[in-house]
Amino acid sequence: MADLALTLFPANARRTGRKLLRNRAFVAGAFLVTLVFLAIVLAPLIAQYEPNRMQIRMRFRPPSSEFWFGTDNLGRDMFARVLYGGRLSIEIGFWVVMLNAVFGVTLGALAGYFRALDNPLMRLSDALMAFPSVLLAIGIAAILGPSTSTAVIALAVVYIPRTARILRASVLVVRELDYVHASRAAGAGDWHILWRHILPNCMAPLLVQLSFVFAYAVLSEAVLSFLGLGAPPTVPSWGILISEGRSYIREAWWLTVVPGIAIAVTVLGLNLLGDGLRDVLDPRMKIQQE
Amino acid sequence: MLAFAIRRLLHTIPILAIVSLIAFGMIKLVPGDPAVVMGGTNATAAEIDQIRRNLGLDQPFHVQLGAFYWNLLQGDLGNSLLLNVPVTSAIIERLPATLWLSAYAMLLTLIFGLATGIIAALRHNTWVDQAATTLALIGVSLPNFWLGLVMIVVFSVHLGWLPTSGFVDPAENVIGFLRTATMPAAALAMLQIGLLARITRSAMLEVLRQDYVRTARAKGLPEWVVVMKHALANAMIPIVTVVGLIFSVLISGSIVIETIFTIPGMGALLGNAILRRDYPMIQGGLLFVAAALMLLNLLADMLYAYFDPRVQVDRDG
Repeated sequence: MADLALTLFPANARRTGRKLLRNRAFVAGAFLVTLVFLAIVLAPLIAQYEPNRMQIRMRFRPPSSEFWFGTDNLGRDMFARVLYGGRLSIEIGFWVVMLNAVFGVTLGALAGYFRALDNPLMRLSDALMAFPSVLLAIGIAAILGPSTSTAVIALAVVYIPRTARILRASVLVVRELDYVHASRAAGAGDWHILWRHILPNCMAPLLVQLSFVFAYAVLSEAVLSFLGLGAPPTVPSWGILISEGRSYIREAWWLTVVPGIAIAVTVLGLNLLGDGLRDVLDPRMKIQQE
Repeated sequence: MLAFAIRRLLHTIPILAIVSLIAFGMIKLVPGDPAVVMGGTNATAAEIDQIRRNLGLDQPFHVQLGAFYWNLLQGDLGNSLLLNVPVTSAIIERLPATLWLSAYAMLLTLIFGLATGIIAALRHNTWVDQAATTLALIGVSLPNFWLGLVMIVVFSVHLGWLPTSGFVDPAENVIGFLRTATMPAAALAMLQIGLLARITRSAMLEVLRQDYVRTARAKGLPEWVVVMKHALANAMIPIVTVVGLIFSVLISGSIVIETIFTIPGMGALLGNAILRRDYPMIQGGLLFVAAALMLLNLLADMLYAYFDPRVQVDRDG
């Protein structure tokens, strides 16, 4: 975190880092997110069984010391399946965040800086935001056909206008600051001003927004795959696990309950992280963003 | 006020035009030939041809676009391939169940969301605040469809208190409605309760710091008058802003929730259309929902402008 803070806020990096470490929401969020990431990355080391190994004699075992999260209808170890399943959910969330960072920043910066582009870009984003977010993602995914990249595209299209809007708002503020005028007076070009002076000072709200986008993306991805609009891979994502478990909800509640807890812990961690970052980096955003 | 209303309305029209263009364009995104995809694997060449003609896909682009808008202006969103009825009448038929369910979920949201937020703000930095904030945060982190399934496990499978599915019209039988709709409404409301509690808490904290609240306390008004009349009334403006967002979350959520609880509403209609690749239904449904939400937001804007005249200047453009 210190490194990131250093690149973002070189002047008072140390103070920001200390404030973050004192913020309970941030620390709790960072702990949960790290825990989930480690569990997913180290899945082969932690899980005792292969996620797809069937042991028919062991089917529908409730959670126990041997099978921490129980076993499913084919006797597969749910602990392994949840750990491996998280990889896809997190991977999709990660790419949605990346696309948001690239396109949200580009479009938001263009709209905020160049007056002529503001109106058309913002009307387009208004139109995209007129659709309920998850519904639009479901619609796009349904039309493009189920696959991992579809889920990424659908979710990115939904959240990019929101990210762009937040970036635009900060660009509008920063572009009127004295040092920007000074730079312009000194003869700097638009791109130089935008890239060197404006964008670096819009990073705080962006970072906060991206952590919330990650949280939303993990939640919405679960909805997409629950509806059968995600990828049908060998290791299913959390949403697919819930949807598979639903058929056995009477015999084996853990098949449905456990993957949902995994989603909730991840999303809770990301939300806490976002809250903490916002409190420390940009307290004024509190009301607007929620 | 009237000038503001007209300005907002004029502002909505171009957005609505782009929204409809997006809905029209969606069907062009279908990989390959939409008629083939919709026909399914067993369709004959003649059947596919029929679908293509029905959708007007054999026409040139500008003719398709013109026909789309011409029909739209007459309230015609095309025909559902699956149900073989006009999309509009399918939606209207399914709308009441969704509206009842949404109204119930909205009621739960307002009661629990406002109460949690206000209590947290009044007990700022105590364990009550911590507990309320944590609960609200958990609320916005739970997948609503999963919550619905967990409620089925607990209240239907284990306790046997409530039926797992179905829907009873409250106009016919209120008890039946409450028995069938409570779990889906609670599952739908959870996320919004969290959202509303969070925004209410921060809005209230902001307002409680203001001078007029101190004045109200200083002149000896009872605490509940200070909170309800002086503070909450002024905190309502940011709170009302999220109501539009809440409606949009509600509609998205109803797709999965109505599917899980087999409620014959618009959400289940769209959910089914999505699974069966009924493109005209998906397109029409999205357009209908977006237009309805824009109208609601427009109404909400008028309401704030009415209650807080400053808004007419601030929210311009």
